[in-house]
Amino acid sequence: MTLLTIENLSKRFSSGGREVAAVSDVSLTLEPGETLGLVGASGSGKTTLARILMRLLPADAGAIRFEGEDWLTLSGAELRHRRARMQMVFQDVLGAFNPRATVASVLDDPLRIHNIVPKAERPREIAALLDRVGLLASYAERSIRDVSGGQRQRIAIARAIATKPSLIVLDEAVSALDVSIRGKILELLVELQEERSISYLFVSHDLAVLRAVSHRIAVMETGRLTETGPTRQVIENPQSPAARALIGAVPRLVTEPTEGPSHDV
Amino acid sequence: MRLLRDLVRTPEGAIGFGILAALVLIALLAPALSPGDPLRIAGRALLPPFIDPAFPLGTDRLGRDVLAGIIHGTRTSLAVGLAAALAAIAIGLCLGLTAGFAGGLIDEGLMRVVDAFQIVPSFLLALAFVSVIGASVPVVVMAIALGAWADPARLTRAQVLSIRERDYVASARVIGMHPAEIAFREILPNALPPVLALSAIIVAAAILTEAALSFLGLGDPNVVTWGSMIAEGRNILRSSPSLSIFPGVALVVTVVGVYLFSEGLTKALAGRRLEP
Ligand SMILES: Nc1ncnc2c1ncn2[C@@H]1O[C@H](COP(=O)(O)OP(=O)(O)OP(=O)(O)O)[C@@H](O)[C@H]1O
Ligand SMILES: [Mg+2]
Repeated sequence: MTLLTIENLSKRFSSGGREVAAVSDVSLTLEPGETLGLVGASGSGKTTLARILMRLLPADAGAIRFEGEDWLTLSGAELRHRRARMQMVFQDVLGAFNPRATVASVLDDPLRIHNIVPKAERPREIAALLDRVGLLASYAERSIRDVSGGQRQRIAIARAIATKPSLIVLDEAVSALDVSIRGKILELLVELQEERSISYLFVSHDLAVLRAVSHRIAVMETGRLTETGPTRQVIENPQSPAARALIGAVPRLVTEPTEGPSHDV
Repeated sequence: MRLLRDLVRTPEGAIGFGILAALVLIALLAPALSPGDPLRIAGRALLPPFIDPAFPLGTDRLGRDVLAGIIHGTRTSLAVGLAAALAAIAIGLCLGLTAGFAGGLIDEGLMRVVDAFQIVPSFLLALAFVSVIGASVPVVVMAIALGAWADPARLTRAQVLSIRERDYVASARVIGMHPAEIAFREILPNALPPVLALSAIIVAAAILTEAALSFLGLGDPNVVTWGSMIAEGRNILRSSPSLSIFPGVALVVTVVGVYLFSEGLTKALAGRRLEP
């Protein structure tokens, strides 16, 4: 069954008398265990789409079905409860954490709020989560400001999987990281997906990153989806000018051997 | 504690902290340092300073001990200054938080009230308030707080508006945190530091306002204050300038101490945020 269906989603911003159609009439679907790469130039509306999906921004028009529910009409306690199933990893590895937080408190919050494990077992669950993302359990006591950017993004991933979601939205989740660390984080994400069949909506302006993790790619331009298709097809045979421009910007993309994610959907 | 350590590491902070610590000690130990009512007649009138060891700073026109007045005046100044600043910060925080979180019409309405209070000079406001209700310490405190809450309210609101757009607040919403918990655990603690840094300046302003009110004879007549001492000395400024100079120096030292302390605090807070 389809995990996520977005239908005719639209969002306009008006700032200083100027109207911007940040997202217009976007429709797409996502299957369980699938990664959809969302690519587009800066300002094409990727973040706006992701934030509407996360219910951080209201949509002007359109509908979202998530796990068979009308996602945009949920509210209050029910929405907070259902949020466990859809999580997000942010781009800014520093700004996404309360500066006063410790690693343990970052991971404790979702466990406590959604009562994932009984209180007494939370420290053990935190250690297990840290271990799962490749960090030592002794990191738990550190301040979030005392760990490196790559480690912070691992902690963000641990926080996102803590509530056992079926969908994780990653908005430029590796863009702020060193290239060497980037590969390791992508590997971790693919591993977690194979293990727990999580779906990813992977937002990035970097096609090289998306090619490594996406099953399908959707191309956005000034708020519209111009093209959606299997990763290989979009990269080797782009149909829209927007997709061609993005591919042209990454010279070695087509000549390199295309090795998609190692698993099937 | 770590903040205090960072604070005294800056030169301003160290000096300011030293001055304030000394003043607080004097205020707390006033009954021991100078027993008895500082307003009582203790000796010969208009004794010059540095002559009689019993009255190191001399006596005033009625024969009251100037040193005793200064020591007990420290109490009044600090108590009124701190209480007024505390009240102003408390009112400012509550209204600023309400405006920042509620938004919309409530925000608009509250901010117009803040505008109104910022337009009226706070000293005039305090003056009017005390003249109408009558001079006593609690009224003076309220009068000063009334003219001082607008700045912290505006700053708190600005802080809330900026912090609620941060990714970590979005992240808290994403994990399903209750809005009240987001407000009190994620936003409020991070909105506070700059408001607290501002509070030192409010204390200094409150101490000056209290002195000015007392100088105009609108302070509580039953307690000795530096302002009322300066006012008394003014009448015989030519023959006995020391009567006005000593409380004036005490006032200046206190206000400078508070300002240095607040400078150090601001630096310590900024240094903290710059840490990785
Ligand atoms: N809060 C806002 N108010 C006004 N306009 C906004 C707001 N947020 C986004 N926009 C506008 O909406 C459009 C889409 O922005 P968005 O951030 O979604 O793009 P993006 O694809 O994520 O870009 P980037 O790759 O730079 O992150 C842009 O033109 C942007 O200026
Ligand atoms: Mg973006």
